[in-house]
Amino acid sequence: MTLWEYVEDRWDLILFETAQHASMVAQCVLVAAVLGVLIGVATYRRPRLASLATASSGVLFTVPSLAMLGLLIPALGLGVAPSVTAIVLYALLPIIRNTVVGLQGVDQLVVDAARGIGMSRGRSLTRIELPLAWPVILTGIRVSTQLAMGIGAVAAYVSGPGLGEQIFSGLARLGGANAVNSTLTGTIGVAILALLFDGCFVLLGKLTAPEGPLSRRLTTGGVRG
Amino acid sequence: MADQSTTGVPIELRKVTKAFPGGGEPAVRELDLNIPAGEIVVLVGPSGCGKTTTMRMINRLIEPTSGDIVIDGRSSHDIDPDRLRRNIGYVIQQAGLFPHMTVAANIAQVPKMLGWDRARIAERVDELLTLVGLDAEAYRDTFPRRLSGGQQQRVGVARALAADPPVLLMDEPFGALDPISRERLQDELLGLQDDLAKTIVFVTHDIDEALKIGDHIAIMKAPGHIVQYATPAEILTNPADGYVEQFLGAGSSMRLLRLTKVGDIEVDQVPYASEDADAAAVLVEIERDGRGYALITDGMRRPLRWVSAEQLQGVEGPVGSAGDAITGTLGHRMTLQDALEALLNADNDVVPVVGRRRAYAGALSLSTVQNAIQAIKTRERERRLHRNHPGGSG
Ligand SMILES: Nc1ncnc2c1ncn2[C@@H]1O[C@H](COP(=O)(O)OP(=O)(O)OP(=O)(O)O)[C@@H](O)[C@H]1O
Ligand SMILES: [Mg+2]
Repeated sequence: MTLWEYVEDRWDLILFETAQHASMVAQCVLVAAVLGVLIGVATYRRPRLASLATASSGVLFTVPSLAMLGLLIPALGLGVAPSVTAIVLYALLPIIRNTVVGLQGVDQLVVDAARGIGMSRGRSLTRIELPLAWPVILTGIRVSTQLAMGIGAVAAYVSGPGLGEQIFSGLARLGGANAVNSTLTGTIGVAILALLFDGCFVLLGKLTAPEGPLSRRLTTGGVRG
Repeated sequence: MADQSTTGVPIELRKVTKAFPGGGEPAVRELDLNIPAGEIVVLVGPSGCGKTTTMRMINRLIEPTSGDIVIDGRSSHDIDPDRLRRNIGYVIQQAGLFPHMTVAANIAQVPKMLGWDRARIAERVDELLTLVGLDAEAYRDTFPRRLSGGQQQRVGVARALAADPPVLLMDEPFGALDPISRERLQDELLGLQDDLAKTIVFVTHDIDEALKIGDHIAIMKAPGHIVQYATPAEILTNPADGYVEQFLGAGSSMRLLRLTKVGDIEVDQVPYASEDADAAAVLVEIERDGRGYALITDGMRRPLRWVSAEQLQGVEGPVGSAGDAITGTLGHRMTLQDALEALLNADNDVVPVVGRRRAYAGALSLSTVQNAIQAIKTRERERRLHRNHPGGSG
């Protein structure tokens, strides 16, 4: 059986697994983005705390994903729970780090001006600092997404959902019928998905750039009705 | 312009001290300062003497360690800091514009926080852009990055004026500009202030800028105290001590020329008459004056020609078109320095001085200016003598 025949034969299943994979990655990254930005916002003004947050998620990073997944089994069992937990944990680091770096990199003169004209801390953060740090934060989320793609595939090791199933079942019966086809399908599927997601980020980055169409619309729209 | 804009309120600093944590000597030490309503008060001094700290305590970006700041009779301590700041315009070096917002959105921030409706904000934005000399149509939707430094600073001033606050704080607003733009923005600020009469606290370390725009100048010395608080002329003619003298540096006399207006000194009076005056009568005037010439003006007393006694000899009836056209005039608001420059370049020894509506106000020659300089120098010398021997004979 050629690769093409293999894919045609299991089209529905592969499509389902791809959708599962995409949805798992998207949801995990969303959770990691919310958590990561919150942790970044909470710590960026306190250099000690900020480096503690970055360092501890950095330590997590050094644990191989397979080991991490295995370690999560006793606590969370098999399936979705350990997969999602592991992906979120790994996805946090780039987002926290970039949020901290992004917020610390905002021109102090601009922040001073915001406070000086009477913006509260919160208003300055949401209207000025976060929008200005956004390109850096978005890059962090983008890196996290790529990371989550790969770890999502490994999650099949703990019976997680997604395209990893194709890869692992292929690897498990290496030499057997369709073993290579199965592994290839999973790998190529993840790669295509990764490219698609990355494309979305490029688009999002353009739309939300500080002088981009969205920002133009939001800021001018607010003034000229 | 808004039909009725808010004018300045007085600010009083009472024994204000700021000691930063772990900072050793306080940055500002028991500072007293009375800022009259509607005046530009300049804080000037070398780097690190506490100018910015003093200014930022007024809008509570820095909280004083002790002492009190009273704005329009109310202790700033009793006002919520964010509310306080929305009523105090704030301009800083390089403008500090929000780079991700259009010019209009930048200016609109304070009115938005104050809950103005959109139409009112949009109208105000255009009005302010015009006020600071920017074409509203061309600039309201551009981003700050596309503006020159001078234009950015204009937008910064517009943003500070947006909600028509009675007080403006400006921390080295023109410090990052080239000398020509700086001069222009200083002039424009003075022009604006003529109409707005805000209370402006202006920080700079450029003594010339201070002398030019300040109604009063506070010369500061580290750590955070005021050495002299006086008008520019007083500081120039009567510096409080060696520190102030050193800070003024050389060229005090030239600065005095720059500070003194033509209208401030006694100008010459020459005979003058309108075109339809009787020539014979003008001739009599000229002879009585003894200088040998007269100034011919139009019906609104605007100078037209110089006419000499010879040119009038034998003219019957009105003076008419006799005489030589004047080559220029001096405004009574011109500085003595500019007048001197103009006199050096003029064809005639005497140049007419015009006042309001360009009407004749007198005439100026090099020797008159020289006498005025002499008078200023003498006054200065007397003051210095007086300072060195206070109490005169006793
Ligand atoms: N946040 C701070 N923490 C500690 N020390 C500070 C702080 N801000 C200012 N200082 C100190 O207070 C003193 C006065 O500083 P300030 O910024 O008021 O000076 P300045 O007159 O505005 O100087 P410059 O002309 O350089 O702007 C300096 O010695 C400075 O080091
Ligand atoms: Mg300063």
